[in-house]
Amino acid sequence: MEAPGDDGEAAAGRPELSEHAASDAELVRRCRAGDDDAWRELVDRFSRYVYAIAVQGFRLPQQDAEDVFQEVFTRVYERLGSLREDEAVRPWIAQLTRRLCIDRLRAGSRESDADLDALPEVPADDVLESIEQAFDVHEAMTELSESCQQILDRFFARDESYRTIGDQLGLPAGTIASRISRCLDKLRDAFDGEGRNLPPAASSGQVT
Amino acid sequence: MSGYDHDQLAKLIGMFPPAPEAWVRAAQELPEARRGLDNLVARAEADAAFRAAVLADLEQALEAEGVEPQPRVVDELRRLLTDR
Repeated sequence: MEAPGDDGEAAAGRPELSEHAASDAELVRRCRAGDDDAWRELVDRFSRYVYAIAVQGFRLPQQDAEDVFQEVFTRVYERLGSLREDEAVRPWIAQLTRRLCIDRLRAGSRESDADLDALPEVPADDVLESIEQAFDVHEAMTELSESCQQILDRFFARDESYRTIGDQLGLPAGTIASRISRCLDKLRDAFDGEGRNLPPAASSGQVT
Repeated sequence: MSGYDHDQLAKLIGMFPPAPEAWVRAAQELPEARRGLDNLVARAEADAAFRAAVLADLEQALEAEGVEPQPRVVDELRRLLTDR
């Protein structure tokens, strides 16, 4: 029987979901100082973002997306020292990813003898804006319990079934739907918490 | 208020699936790979026989250095050794 308000504490077999104890700026400073753990955390923090821009934003095929993904992080690693504002790492990574995706699309156009003057298909602003919102939602999820993070991520981002989630987290499959609903309530509350910035689309509409 | 309802939150979470694990791992191992490459290149510059041995089997040289010989890393090592 599921206890009211209990999200469970099981974390067996959990996929990566980080608690963002360090700010972006702090993480950048540690990376610049040669802290390999900080670098791993930085990659972890932004890997879904880069992947989403390449695959969902620009709809690159997997091979091209992988090349862009690795190139983005290689350049970030090599050029972190030239970043003027440490807290601007997110828009910097977004811009870098968009630019490399466009380069990749242009290269593809040349190889296929397409019109060299034709601009490659770039994503509509609302798609990129949604990716920014998705990043903010993912950030807000780190304020939830580990169990809520796991349940929401597994169901919505990893497309796992109730049964799989239940098996992995040691929870009755019949309770997953109600847990999802409660975790979504908590996630919505996390946005409303004091001092939390609203997602770009809900505030300025600015796409970085 | 964020103004997000459950459906909107669900859609946004769904837009952020994890990148393939191997991609993430390769990116996370960049510092180690870079150090391994630097070591190999430095030794190759100082020792022609070592350079020839590395060029003859780039994958093995990387493995001996503790670096996973992913295609991108192998290509980078080849480029570094042949550009100099």
